[in-house]
Amino acid sequence: MPDLTAKKKRPVWYNLSPLNLPVPGLVSIFHRISGLALFLGLLAFLFLLDSSLSSESGFARAAEYLRAPIWKLGLMVSLWAFLHHLCAGVRHLLLDIDVGVGLESARRSAFAVFVVSLALTAFIGVRLW
Amino acid sequence: MVNRVIVGAHYGLKDWLAQRVTALVMIAYTVIFLVALGRGTVSYASWKALFAQEWMRFATLLFVASVLIHAWVGVRNVWMDYIKHTGLRLALQIVTILWLVGCAGWAMQILWRL
Repeated sequence: MPDLTAKKKRPVWYNLSPLNLPVPGLVSIFHRISGLALFLGLLAFLFLLDSSLSSESGFARAAEYLRAPIWKLGLMVSLWAFLHHLCAGVRHLLLDIDVGVGLESARRSAFAVFVVSLALTAFIGVRLW
Repeated sequence: MVNRVIVGAHYGLKDWLAQRVTALVMIAYTVIFLVALGRGTVSYASWKALFAQEWMRFATLLFVASVLIHAWVGVRNVWMDYIKHTGLRLALQIVTILWLVGCAGWAMQILWRL
């Protein structure tokens, strides 16, 4: 007779999709992604700064670059990365001085990071475009 | 009895603090930059005049130094968390340092040739 009390080995399933993270976890992973994006974008920013400060024609050339769709897209992504990193960073600094460390307030502030950074990106983005 | 407190190398705390201090410097610079830039369109003359000022160069120098330290701590942490292969991690960390120091050097060259 088979042993009916022995537990069958159940498969273990971890859902590691970032979409199932709580909002503070999402802010955290996007803080990393945006930071890495800004790090990689340094060269493009320096290139534009170099060109725009070199001469009158260099300034015009930098402005010309930024009119191209691919550069504009890059600028928008950088803008979002900067704003998200900034907002998440300010939230971090506030958490460090014990502001909003409760579970509910931490969730609300994490949600606010997404709302504020995306709204500012849209607002500034529309004006830059 | 040897009354010894067991402690680490302290670099964790130093990095934690450096990350916060450099963040505050960069926030301050962002505000200063936006105020100095003012409203309206930016011309080559006003753009160049902005960075030709000695105090603005000094502020930008502090900003660049902050980016250098902040990005080093942050990117190094990312490599430490995700790259398990020691040799690859070391290579990426070296590339990160060279990239950041190179960028900082270029920024200084741009500002001080004005």
